[in-house]
Amino acid sequence: MTAATTPATPAAPVPPVRDGRDGRDGGRARTRAGWARGVRLALLLAFLVVFLIPIYVLLVTSFKPLTEADPSRAWALPEVWTFEPWRVAWEKLAPGIVNSVLLAVPGALISAALGSMNGYVLARWRFPGADVLFTLLLFGMFIPYQGVMIPLVQLLVKLNEITEAVTGAQGVFYGAIPGLLLAHVVYGIPICTLIFRNYYVTVPEELIEAARVDGAGMLRTYRSVVLPVSGPAFAVVVIWQFTSMWNDFLFAVFLTGPQSWPTTVMLNNIAGAQTVPYSQQMAAALLASIPTMVVYVLLGRFFMRGLMAGALKG
Amino acid sequence: MTRVRRWLPGLLLVMPSLVAVGVFVYGMLGWNFRLAMTDRHDEVSEGSFVGLDNFFSLWSQKPWVISVHHAIVFTAVFVLGALALGWLLAFLMEKGIRGEGTFRAVYLFPMAVSFVATGVVWRWLMNSARDERAVGLNRLFDGLGLDALQWGWFRDQDWGMAAMAIPAIWQISGYVMALFLAGFRGVPEELREAARVDGCAEWQVYRHVVLPLLRPVTLSALIILGHISLKVFDLIVAVSGKQIVTYVPAISMWVAVFDSHDPAKGAAIASYIVLAVSIFVVPYLVWSLRREKRS
Repeated sequence: MTAATTPATPAAPVPPVRDGRDGRDGGRARTRAGWARGVRLALLLAFLVVFLIPIYVLLVTSFKPLTEADPSRAWALPEVWTFEPWRVAWEKLAPGIVNSVLLAVPGALISAALGSMNGYVLARWRFPGADVLFTLLLFGMFIPYQGVMIPLVQLLVKLNEITEAVTGAQGVFYGAIPGLLLAHVVYGIPICTLIFRNYYVTVPEELIEAARVDGAGMLRTYRSVVLPVSGPAFAVVVIWQFTSMWNDFLFAVFLTGPQSWPTTVMLNNIAGAQTVPYSQQMAAALLASIPTMVVYVLLGRFFMRGLMAGALKG
Repeated sequence: MTRVRRWLPGLLLVMPSLVAVGVFVYGMLGWNFRLAMTDRHDEVSEGSFVGLDNFFSLWSQKPWVISVHHAIVFTAVFVLGALALGWLLAFLMEKGIRGEGTFRAVYLFPMAVSFVATGVVWRWLMNSARDERAVGLNRLFDGLGLDALQWGWFRDQDWGMAAMAIPAIWQISGYVMALFLAGFRGVPEELREAARVDGCAEWQVYRHVVLPLLRPVTLSALIILGHISLKVFDLIVAVSGKQIVTYVPAISMWVAVFDSHDPAKGAAIASYIVLAVSIFVVPYLVWSLRREKRS
């Protein structure tokens, strides 16, 4: 499960269920195993309920009208269900959601394209010193981003000045989506490269050799042999990067301004204001989580693989 | 010449990425460290070299000392809590159980949601108002007749950070479960069977066969949790903002940059965070690379 060593693999297959030992004292052992299974199931169900408590609260509160905002009804179902908090939350959050889409969709695609090329070279078209460079690349996955934040801000400010001098456009990088996108793509290179490299290592060497013997160059081999089988790795990386970019708060809070705040920053502003009722805060929190939740429900398998590959990237 | 022609295109293709990571990771870490060694305490002056002064002077500032103390409490509770809960969930599931897919999906889903979103509901759940005015968990305890359990949660002077670890445990322990579950399932059935044939009771099989084989997974999980914990930021901002009761180094850095407008101080704090994380991660990276070489 170490990030650096194991290829991203799907979760281990479920072994056949064993109910106790067979044999002479099978009857007693079976009863005991039955009990044990009952206890395990009960505990798992209890944890399931505990895990779902926050979701219950979010849903129930988000449909409550203001008249039911009394502490005594905190845990009760709404007497009157209303969509009003959702409507207001959507109005407040919409600009952030637009920004997040503009960030996360192109960002995930660019990351996947870069990761795919890097992974291909590092797995199958190696150059002297590739191992050392790969290790150095991996370290980039583990750094706390606080350690680069101040220089990053300074660099983006500089880029703003340069673009303004050249094209006259103001605030292109710092305080805007392109700057945030650049940061996410660059700091995403290590994990994306890792996932693709570990995937391409499993592509049979013979396929690539055959293409080489036929005189295909690096790019030709990539296009006609490697790319067509890359689907699963693309899914893992696109989902991983989309989720990271959608959920990121640290980069966003340092690098963006009111015009370019993504969902998380807007949500935090809404929720941090004392005057906003809980129902709206919780509706906004749910709204902000819908895209990644949908991805998780529909494509959880690929999400898991990204998690396992990115074991160290919290 | 032909050998060079064979690998040169590859190098050229990855060059942009390598340069970008070189500049954005290594260049900026160095730049940040250099800034931390200057007296650039506002945003206009150039700043001159002062060595490690900023690193030492932090320790005479009360908020910084508090934030380090908080980070230690948070890390201890979060790492042990998530490790224990994740292990337990995996242990309960490892032999296969009806509805396993559903259990796994539910335990893991918080990983797909941002700390900022879950922070909203946890701030409500951990609201410190009591009795009549209580909402959240205090209200729930009140209603269940467990009044004694009501407390100030993250506003508690002494154990507030332990409360702050609860949402983090909730969010991450499903992931730890997945790691351990893969570990449990990786233990060959023949080994367990052999131990049983040798007369081991089921708990002895765990004690002598399964648990020792889980050590590498445990170490990985420990490192992952430790490094998440040392840089925790989003969750705390979402639950309590910049209050001193829940100050941690990442919040101090944010405040130093945006409120005090003191780049040198912010850079020094950032360097400390990098250092703390490196202590966890670098030996681990070296260890796992060695392991890979051996196998």
